[in-house]
Amino acid sequence: MKLKVSTAPHVHSKNSVERIMLDVIIALLPTAAVGVYLFGYMAGLHIIVGVASAVLAEYAWQKLNKKTVTISDFSAALTGFLVALNVPVNAPVWITFIGSVVAIIMVKQLFGGIGDNFLNPALTARAILLASWPTHMNAFTSPSMFGTVDAVSAATPLTANYVSGASDAASSATSVAVNYSYTDLLLGNIPGTIGEVCKIAILIGFVYLLIRGVITWHIPVIMVGAVALFTWVLGGNEGVFTGDPLYAVLSGGLLFGAVFMATDYTTNPMTRKGEVIYAVGCGLIVALIREYGSYHEGVTYAILIMNIVTPLLDKYIAPKLYGRVKKNA
Amino acid sequence: MPNKKVRMSTIFLNGIITENPTFRLVLGMCPTLAVTTAAINGVGMGLAATMVLIGSNVVISLLRNIIPDKVRIPCFIVVICSFVTIVQMLMQAYVQDLYASLGMFIPLIVVNCIILARAEAFACKNGVLASAIDGLGMGLGFTLSLTIIASIRELIGSGKIFGIDVFGGGYEPMLLMILPAGGFITLGLLLGILNSVTAKSAMKKEA
Amino acid sequence: MDHLTKFILLFISCVLTNNFIFSRFLGCCPFLGVSNKVETAMGMGIAVTFVMGLASLFTWAVGKLLVLLDIQYLNTIAFILIIAGLVQFVEMFIKKSSPTLYKSLGIYLPLITTNCAVLGVTIINFDSYVVEMDAIGLVYSVLNGVFSALGFMLAIVLMAGIRERLETSKIPQPFKGFPISLITAGLMSLAFTGFSGLFSNLG
Repeated sequence: MKLKVSTAPHVHSKNSVERIMLDVIIALLPTAAVGVYLFGYMAGLHIIVGVASAVLAEYAWQKLNKKTVTISDFSAALTGFLVALNVPVNAPVWITFIGSVVAIIMVKQLFGGIGDNFLNPALTARAILLASWPTHMNAFTSPSMFGTVDAVSAATPLTANYVSGASDAASSATSVAVNYSYTDLLLGNIPGTIGEVCKIAILIGFVYLLIRGVITWHIPVIMVGAVALFTWVLGGNEGVFTGDPLYAVLSGGLLFGAVFMATDYTTNPMTRKGEVIYAVGCGLIVALIREYGSYHEGVTYAILIMNIVTPLLDKYIAPKLYGRVKKNA
Repeated sequence: MPNKKVRMSTIFLNGIITENPTFRLVLGMCPTLAVTTAAINGVGMGLAATMVLIGSNVVISLLRNIIPDKVRIPCFIVVICSFVTIVQMLMQAYVQDLYASLGMFIPLIVVNCIILARAEAFACKNGVLASAIDGLGMGLGFTLSLTIIASIRELIGSGKIFGIDVFGGGYEPMLLMILPAGGFITLGLLLGILNSVTAKSAMKKEA
Repeated sequence: MDHLTKFILLFISCVLTNNFIFSRFLGCCPFLGVSNKVETAMGMGIAVTFVMGLASLFTWAVGKLLVLLDIQYLNTIAFILIIAGLVQFVEMFIKKSSPTLYKSLGIYLPLITTNCAVLGVTIINFDSYVVEMDAIGLVYSVLNGVFSALGFMLAIVLMAGIRERLETSKIPQPFKGFPISLITAGLMSLAFTGFSGLFSNLG
């Protein structure tokens, strides 16, 4: 059996793939730096292990299958980086290692490599880790730099809400005062995964990506807006229209997911109209899972589910030249 | 007659290796995915299906000249369903725990495509002994596949095989493997690996 | 809790949280076999919804009869015969009444007899709505049948969308076909775990 080695006709030329991946990595540096500053050197170790194992896994796979080695396009490095930033610092390092390898081999290479995966590899890895080792993946610590007492485990803003919000998981204005202030949420003085806590750093990365023209504002802004809207509508202990949108936007992995994960080129729709539906869908599912589901955070699952819907959005929203759209019940 | 012996052993091995229902024909996916969270369930499900397969193959082979061609499928289903009900009652009486953990997938053996496929492709064209051996081979092939898949899932997903702790205390089980998602993924990876191994050995033979 | 809330929760459960494919493994064969094209997947989904609704209706009545005669153990055989007959009847009826519909659904109908989702839902109904409940059980049975089928349809249509996309992907040779479909299904199932427990605090 001979394997044909050929460069695929991607939308972007190879050079621009490198450029884009590098830009996203640069955009991630602020939040990664804050992560290391807040959570200590172990966070740095997670990042190194994540990147190294992703690159090695891609190299090994491509060597074994006698394909062109593409680790120099930085896409594997980016995936590993994202996996590490999605792990809480207290999780053992082998968690990050397994996450990176699974992301590269099973979610990316088995489906044909760069541009062919239908799910975001790093997010899928996070979902797999979360399903496999829930205790490690929920072992959140408060940032050590702010000298918080609880060093072993702490509730994230969302879990804190979950516990304090009387009968259901609804977040409410009253529970904010009990838990974390908006300033803490903004600066990252909260427990969470390595990359998701500091909202200012994430926003710096977002602005960088916008200036570089790597992403447009549509998906992140619409997704975050939708979460704010639906949380306000659905949430709150006093019934509908009492949720706290600002708290919802600033807590959990929402901003991180909206800026760095939902915008992944290969897994979101090709048309603007498709992108809007995709982003609103993400936002709605995040709000639904947070308010009514058994998980405290729904960003991972929301984006994965909308990744799954994306092929259909592309099929039915892309300008059709021939054929007809079947009407269904 | 050595010839006959050879033929019977070919029929027997056909189900286990050449036309293994799970790994080669990819039939009967639902029970394969659903019950393989623990090795013992795999064995139980496989043996239950084997009993039904042997029974239905024998009866259908006996009736093969009586059943009119046009209504053969409903007739097959009635025969299969009778054996499923018998097996169901036997399990309810003697292995209640196993029956409880396999749940509705025991009655659903009725619509397991392997059994209907063997009735249609083999039993209604061959003699009683050959059909019985075909049923046994296919059934054991199914049992073997289920046990392999279930052992892998149980080993990684809970650190045990047949309920016996393998790794000791330090191992942290990968819970995904015993979730529904793990079932799909394990079988997919196994099939893919099996394909690449057979492709490689075929390549060696050619060389 | 009033019945309407229960119906809504049943819908959420059948479609999202306890999806037939992603968490109960019912109907995997057509899910893997007839999900090459979105249009055919949709046709299969509609046909299954139709048959599952009707099957739930008829098996409820027969199930009640079996309980009355105290021969519950015959439920599997009775139900599979009803389903087989029903599929035949539906096929003939559609063929006569609407040739166009028959053209698009006809090929799937024979396959539905051995779709374990159909027999599965009648057995689930039997245990929870026939034996346990009185007349209102009929409504629950039919809704359970239809909603579960809609869950199946959602799964198979999403799967078909992805598989159409995978056609142009450079999947490694040994993984083409069933292996990659199974892995895809596994990852979809993983994503759907995000819905677990959705609205359960209302119930």
